[in-house]
Amino acid sequence: MTDQNSSSPPPSAHDENEPTRRDFLFLTAAGMAAVSVGSIAWPFIDQWNPAKDTLALSSTEVDVASLQEGQAITVMWRGKPVFIRHRTQKEIDEAKAVDVTALRDKQTDDERVKKPQWLVMVGVCTHLGCIPLGQKTGEVKGDYDGWFCPCHGSHYDSSGRIRKGPAPKNLEVPQYTFVSDTLIRIG
Amino acid sequence: MGSNSDRKPFNNKTIEWIDQRLPIFTMLDKEYGKFPTPRNFNYFWNFGAIAMFMLVTMIVTGITLAMHYTPHANYAFDSVERIMRDVNFGWLIRYIHMNGASFFFIAVYIHIFRGMYYGSFKQPRELLWILGVTIFLLMMATAFMGYVLPWGQMSFWGATVITNLFSAVPIVGPGIVEWMWGGFAVDNATLNRFFSLHFVLPFVIAAVVFLHVWALHVTGSNNPTGLDVKGPQDTLPFNPYYTIKDLFGLIVFVAVYAMFIFFMPNALGHPDNYIPANPLVTPPHIVPEWYFLTFYAILRSIFFDFNPIMLAGFGGIGYYVAKVVWDKNRTDYFSTRNLIILGVSGFLTLVGFVGAFFPQLHIPLTNMVIIEAKLGGVLAMFGAVGLLFVLPWCDTHPVRSARYRPLYKAALLFFVAIVLLLGYVGAMPAEGIWPWIGLAATGYYMAFFLVILPILSKHEKALPLPASIAQAVLDEQAAKAAKLAKKGA
Ligand code: HEM
Ligand code: FES
Repeated sequence: MTDQNSSSPPPSAHDENEPTRRDFLFLTAAGMAAVSVGSIAWPFIDQWNPAKDTLALSSTEVDVASLQEGQAITVMWRGKPVFIRHRTQKEIDEAKAVDVTALRDKQTDDERVKKPQWLVMVGVCTHLGCIPLGQKTGEVKGDYDGWFCPCHGSHYDSSGRIRKGPAPKNLEVPQYTFVSDTLIRIG
Repeated sequence: MGSNSDRKPFNNKTIEWIDQRLPIFTMLDKEYGKFPTPRNFNYFWNFGAIAMFMLVTMIVTGITLAMHYTPHANYAFDSVERIMRDVNFGWLIRYIHMNGASFFFIAVYIHIFRGMYYGSFKQPRELLWILGVTIFLLMMATAFMGYVLPWGQMSFWGATVITNLFSAVPIVGPGIVEWMWGGFAVDNATLNRFFSLHFVLPFVIAAVVFLHVWALHVTGSNNPTGLDVKGPQDTLPFNPYYTIKDLFGLIVFVAVYAMFIFFMPNALGHPDNYIPANPLVTPPHIVPEWYFLTFYAILRSIFFDFNPIMLAGFGGIGYYVAKVVWDKNRTDYFSTRNLIILGVSGFLTLVGFVGAFFPQLHIPLTNMVIIEAKLGGVLAMFGAVGLLFVLPWCDTHPVRSARYRPLYKAALLFFVAIVLLLGYVGAMPAEGIWPWIGLAATGYYMAFFLVILPILSKHEKALPLPASIAQAVLDEQAAKAAKLAKKGA
């Protein structure tokens, strides 16, 4: 380290701990690469989400005028069944009498209906998506006079609340409005 | 200079011409011709080759089916029926594919059992084992999506139930499910993407199989004694000894497979899948294909929510297992301190369960849900597969083969019985006693990996090992001869 170095420029005043220009270039390049990969990956991930035409099918109207007390119908909404039930007084009373604090998913009957005699909900078990039985007369209704999911044995009461079995939530109440006394718009 | 300098020339001119340019024949000769292979393989060693044959069969028949199949919710069912009735030999190709999935799983399950029984997952073959479990996982995904394609009732509802599992993930779960469906229910978008994935995943499997075999050829095969190869006296060249043995086993396997294809093609399937998918009617009893039943039973065995008391109890037991059982140097299982930990956590677990099953008792905190049943089931099911991945670190006993480990052998055979029992429970409705049997069996499944194997690794005294593979073979022959002599006398 004597005169060999004498002709080369003096060592720069660079401190080992200071980032160099090279570090800076490296970090910017890596950062840009990460952003590019992310922005090209997203379209490939997002294409799996529901497409615009699927999203467009989002409301349906149902005339329930002919539905007698104690009867129920099932309509399709966004590829899923919706249960509409004209409840009897007995069913309404049962639903209201329940001690809400002992429920898994604590909801009063009032929170689940707009008009007590009309119960509108998505007919898809909140466990793993089967269609519970209990819509047709003669089908099993479970231990709580509502619906029974045969797949893994979830019992729902006459308000569609989960009472027994593996399902975590009450049957979902979709957005709906009464367009008139007997015309319901779902969605 | 290239990388094939130390190549021996072939006599055949054409082969030599190719080999000079791409030494594929040198490679084949090294890996499948002379490849030194332990001389004492039994028939359990046939199932790797059989699984390979099944993968090729599935790809060939699958591509053929795809030439006639229509991946659209309105036409899929009819296109499969058309394959069955109108396409020339369509019925045969479909039955080969349909039963092929079952026989592929049969081969792979036996292959996995072989690995567990003879300790093939142990050092230095851990990565080989992990690649194998990866193949198994990919096969499950592939078979699940394939089963959706005919768009029958079981296709549709199986897909609904399994995709809904992901809704158990906190917060993002429901979003993930709609993302997978491409809609608000299993529908055409779902069918379409499943077809695409079902088409491509087998090729991913083929790539992982390649790595699996590569890793095998680096470490060399294990053998029924679990002893390392010590020299040429322990091995035979792969060809002709094992090419022929593999071929023989394959013929027997394919004979049974053909019996199913030709005489009972629907015996392993569910008749409901010949009813077109109907999103408004759930079949009364949804069952997956037989090869998923064990995992399905584990999924359903968590039929209760986890409350904080229960989790505190499990936490205490987990602490005990991790600190005392897993520690190689500790044997103070029943010291006063540890008994207190176990006692307290056992008591908390019990209280948690009582509170969960008798909500009318209003035991404090037991109506608070930390992990809901659905998520618990999903975690247990994925955990059950996950445990296979970490098996090499659960069982660290230096002796590989169960032949010389009577306790391990007993625990493993009981584990197999439990896996079969879970399969049976998975086929039963989730009512009455079945969920409870499923819960107990799931408990053993988990404990086998997490408690029994670590304890055996620490304490099991192995039987005396033979000096070498060759010695073991000679001993066996001597024993056989002695037996014969005794009979003759
Ligand atoms: C790992 C290998 C594979 C497995 C485990 C597998 C599994 C399955 C299963 C269980 C079915 C349902 C059979 C039924 O009930 O009808 C199926 C159907 C189907 N598979 Fe595969 N498969 C594999 C490879 C492939 C490949 C490579 C292709 C094409 C590229 C393919 C194309 C199809 C088609 C078009 C169907 C629908 C026709 C039918 O249902 O018979 N498969 N597959
Ligand atoms: S899907 Fe209804 S209980 Fe499981």
